[in-house]
Amino acid sequence: MRIHFKTSYNHDIRLFPDWWSFLVYATLIVIAVVLPWVLDDFFLGEVTNVLIWAIAGLGLMLLTGQTGQASLGHAAFLALGCYSCIIFMEQGWPFLIAFPAAGILTGVVGTIIAIPAIRLHGIYLAIATIALSILADDIIVLMEPITDGVSGKFAPMITIFGIEIERWTTPDRFYWLVLAVTILCTLGYRNLLRSPLGRAFAAVRDSEVSASAMGVHIARAKAVAFGISCAITGLAGALMGFYAGAFNNETFSIVISITLLMMIVIGGLGSIHGAFFGAVVVAFLPQFLSMTKDFVGGGSVAIPGLETGVFGMILILFILFEPMGIYGRWMKIRIWFELFPFARKDMFKRQKSYLKTERLR
Amino acid sequence: MSTLLEINNATLKFGGVVAVNDLTFSVEEGEVYAIVGPNGAGKSTVFNLISRFYDPYAGSLTFDGHNLLDRNADAVADLGIARTFQNIELFDHATVLQNLLVGRHRHRNTNLVQEMLFTPKVRREEKRHREAVEEVIDFLDLQPYRDKMIAGLPYGVRKVVELGRALASGPRLLLLDEPASGLSVEETQDMRWWIDDIRKQMGITVLMVEHDMGLVSGVSDRVLALADGAKLAEGTPQQVQSDPAVIEAYLGAGAA
Repeated sequence: MRIHFKTSYNHDIRLFPDWWSFLVYATLIVIAVVLPWVLDDFFLGEVTNVLIWAIAGLGLMLLTGQTGQASLGHAAFLALGCYSCIIFMEQGWPFLIAFPAAGILTGVVGTIIAIPAIRLHGIYLAIATIALSILADDIIVLMEPITDGVSGKFAPMITIFGIEIERWTTPDRFYWLVLAVTILCTLGYRNLLRSPLGRAFAAVRDSEVSASAMGVHIARAKAVAFGISCAITGLAGALMGFYAGAFNNETFSIVISITLLMMIVIGGLGSIHGAFFGAVVVAFLPQFLSMTKDFVGGGSVAIPGLETGVFGMILILFILFEPMGIYGRWMKIRIWFELFPFARKDMFKRQKSYLKTERLR
Repeated sequence: MSTLLEINNATLKFGGVVAVNDLTFSVEEGEVYAIVGPNGAGKSTVFNLISRFYDPYAGSLTFDGHNLLDRNADAVADLGIARTFQNIELFDHATVLQNLLVGRHRHRNTNLVQEMLFTPKVRREEKRHREAVEEVIDFLDLQPYRDKMIAGLPYGVRKVVELGRALASGPRLLLLDEPASGLSVEETQDMRWWIDDIRKQMGITVLMVEHDMGLVSGVSDRVLALADGAKLAEGTPQQVQSDPAVIEAYLGAGAA
């Protein structure tokens, strides 16, 4: 077991608690950067997909895991980010301006939508945001002159300082672009967690009453959380558009919203790792299933609902046996090894406490 | 000494129930003021009025010349009013340190963009907050629990952490809602020294609700007895304890 001997307040502020974890993450980034030379194009594409889902997961994680506000409307923000980025580019904006602009636009729209929605709590907020997902589909069809409705749009070529990036012809460059966005979003998220606003989000999640007694403006904190969450989701949406190459009103359906929420629950609510673990499951599961099907010899037989069925089962199993998600399980295994042979079975038993002031409203 | 908190003719009704009835009292700067009364007398309701969780039906609340009714709950905290809760309202999925740092929220002067980029200013501010919090940790002897999650802590420690969170905000007025409830005799004794020190060393005015008369008479300068939301008696602990109306409210008519 490693013990952190702290000698200054900076130790608790810095990104990595010690050299070992810095080394781990540095190695991870180096491996990620050299990946295009190791993997073939198909698997590189799959890894790119994982990263894009992870960015979207980070967005929702900030809202649901960090601030405690469930949203089933994030497919709508993926769509908004995607359409706005590509429409901006069709107006002749360079990618480096259109992409952040799409994120900011999505964030602003998210905040405006949040202002009435955050009056709702828990399941009611989820229901209200479902409506967003459903509306998005119709709005895209109705706004045909801009969005091209059902016939959809094609993602243009990305050009950054003369370097051309396209998902099919230069998958390695597209992968690096997505990787860079992933790292930036993760850093931003991590920075939020170690600063006052991130703590205020957690405060709102755990106890609104005492958060407001400590000077946190509840409605403002929630709206800001919505805004940041939607902005990150919008960036992921734009990348999804480029990844898919072509998209229309059905690309960002409500199923995407549900998958996204499932993903962060499976990954582990409230942790950055959870978004990545969840993304791996969500992005690889369909491939894994079809490969398994080939392997058992049922390759040509179509089984409708197989994917969603397996997904649902995984979710149920996680909620029953590991509510902390893959990240929780990962932590337990790590601690077991660190303490070996002193880990006890009951160490992670959840302690229940029934000490909540009856809510004031 | 000047008047810090002034409550005039405050009335609060829930439907037909009058929770606080035409209540008037004031808290002087630098004193420990205790509110006692039987269950359901409206003690915690008075706290929730001051914290602005409830809107009074009538009356006025003034803190150091500021009208509290003009402000929302979070803006009340900005004035320097911190509080604890009767049933402990900590942030369970965070460490003790993080809980105390939330107490510093009213001193936040960095914005969203600075925090996402974690600029040198944010780092400087974080260290400043940390220093203030470490002082509270030292004061309350919370060192062993600094990095522990709240969810695993025993009740007595949580109670102290909640007091710490309120202190970390650097308040002028501290509202303590039953600071000794559920504590052992020793812990209650500790709480008594702390309240004394909070007043004498830190110069913070304390307004508390408490049932433990030993603690109340030990630390408070003045006591207000409430029954059915109305003032029964006010004065030194001895005066209030020997007041016939108070004895009647607690023990029933004829007991005196």
